[in-house]
Amino acid sequence: MRTAFINQLIAEAEQNDRIFLLVGDLGFSVVEPFAERFPNQYLNVGIAEQNMAGMAAGLAMEGYCVYIYSIGNFPTLRCMEQIRYDICYHNLNVKIVAVGGGYSYAALGASHHATEEYGMLRTIPNLTICAPGDPEETRQLTAFSARYNGPVYLRLGKAGEPLVYEKGSVPDMERGQVLNPVKGERVAVLSTGSVLKYAVDFVQSNQLNASVYSFPFIKPIADNQLIDILQKYDKLITIEEHQLMGGFGSAILEYLNDTYEQGYILKKPRVKRIGINDEFYSIAGTQAYLRELSGIQLQLTDFI
Amino acid sequence: MDSKEFARQIRIRVLKMVHDADASHIGGAYSMADILAVLYNEILHVDPVDYKNPARDRFFLSKGHACAGLYAALAIQGFFDVNELDTYAQNGSRFISHVSHYIPGVEASSGSLGHILPIACGVAYAAKLQQKTFKTYCLVSDGELNEGSNWEPIMLAPQHNLGNLVLIVDYNKIQSLGHVKDVIDLEPLIDKFKAFRWQTHEVDGHDTHALSNLFQKIKTVSNNTPQVIIAHTVKGKGVDFMENKLLWHYRSPNKELYAQALEQLKNN
Repeated sequence: MRTAFINQLIAEAEQNDRIFLLVGDLGFSVVEPFAERFPNQYLNVGIAEQNMAGMAAGLAMEGYCVYIYSIGNFPTLRCMEQIRYDICYHNLNVKIVAVGGGYSYAALGASHHATEEYGMLRTIPNLTICAPGDPEETRQLTAFSARYNGPVYLRLGKAGEPLVYEKGSVPDMERGQVLNPVKGERVAVLSTGSVLKYAVDFVQSNQLNASVYSFPFIKPIADNQLIDILQKYDKLITIEEHQLMGGFGSAILEYLNDTYEQGYILKKPRVKRIGINDEFYSIAGTQAYLRELSGIQLQLTDFI
Repeated sequence: MDSKEFARQIRIRVLKMVHDADASHIGGAYSMADILAVLYNEILHVDPVDYKNPARDRFFLSKGHACAGLYAALAIQGFFDVNELDTYAQNGSRFISHVSHYIPGVEASSGSLGHILPIACGVAYAAKLQQKTFKTYCLVSDGELNEGSNWEPIMLAPQHNLGNLVLIVDYNKIQSLGHVKDVIDLEPLIDKFKAFRWQTHEVDGHDTHALSNLFQKIKTVSNNTPQVIIAHTVKGKGVDFMENKLLWHYRSPNKELYAQALEQLKNN
């Protein structure tokens, strides 16, 4: 995903000399091609995320479309108030990019588990929140972020994520757009972020009559598309690599409640939420291991 | 009007604003009043009619709680109708009591300390890249130098030769709960900035002639070293019973004290 991101960012910068990349002394073997090609649109600010976010605000005030790039919680939680107040309150054209979303860097420990940021970022006005499901979604979301004028959070995995879509098959993204890589009838799996591949494989390998929807946007979500989904199925399963509290599943429940309350839907589907249940995991292991341990897994019984 | 008179006008307006609104932070607005007066009266290249002109100098107020002083300076310069100051901190007013970028002439909102120097650094960096000649000024309080987020850009600015960045420390020696030297002593402050490779200046922050000369000197010098001015000031400067009193970080003058203060400012 990070490769898809940087390649697309280079493509954007080739057409737009206002693209600016700030890094917090991270991005080894990722950001170098950008830095070499666009030395006047790149700066390593050092290990100083608050300053990185503040400088991004300043550069954006002067007309740049600024990307700040670091790992896990560093470009988000570490500088949360700069995101809220400097970037989002001033509604500036800054893109916050975190690699290592969820348990991507599982073995590095809890410091590197980015599993709470949706809950914090979702509450901030003006911020668009994105989590691509595979490298193709990453490419299109990066392109979206470059043409959209306003603050965006982009949660990436790391490197080497498998493709869910055929190359070139993901269309240009509209803000809030929902994708539907697997079509079925009885149950719908609503997925966000890189857990998408797992959800698609589970449904296909078990030959389940279920749909899989990918939500590259957690905020906002296209109302018309979501209402269609809420009306069409009796059962929904949300899955995300994030705490259940305040996450993507929570957002779906809020939409469900509010659209029902406002009369846009006349019955409520059942919703099962899959995510992390209010725990830290201080144990070594792969991403797949920690996903399973923390309960991020589908069960065949969910689909009955 | 000369800058001394400009500063007096700021103080008189601020007095009325905080009195009418029963608002805080007059002490910090008064400690920086002479600095603002010199900047807006003599130094800053800003146009009230065309306040977003890309060529303008940028002035960022980091100690956003002292915004009454900046609002007054902008009103006097004609960025908006001076009568609008009467709405300060009243229901429905855009003049909130931490500086707001919705006010013409204000570059950025601030109220949480330690946020603005990084932004100013980003602006100065952009200006340098684009070979623009304006200067970026940032005024911080002494207490907010406790914030680590100020020292990140203090480290970065000389690394990237941001000679177009001018930092002003309103060193009134009093922070929210006590004297700076008793909370976290900043001394030797000038040596700290020297060690961080800034070009340092010290000035009496209430001497408008000295301020003017110093700002003029910095303005005409073009080099690659960020500039810091340690402005020695007095919290509550201009009204004797407010001077050097922590209480006037919070207190708003009642009717009687308002009259006394106004009398002093008029006869000053």
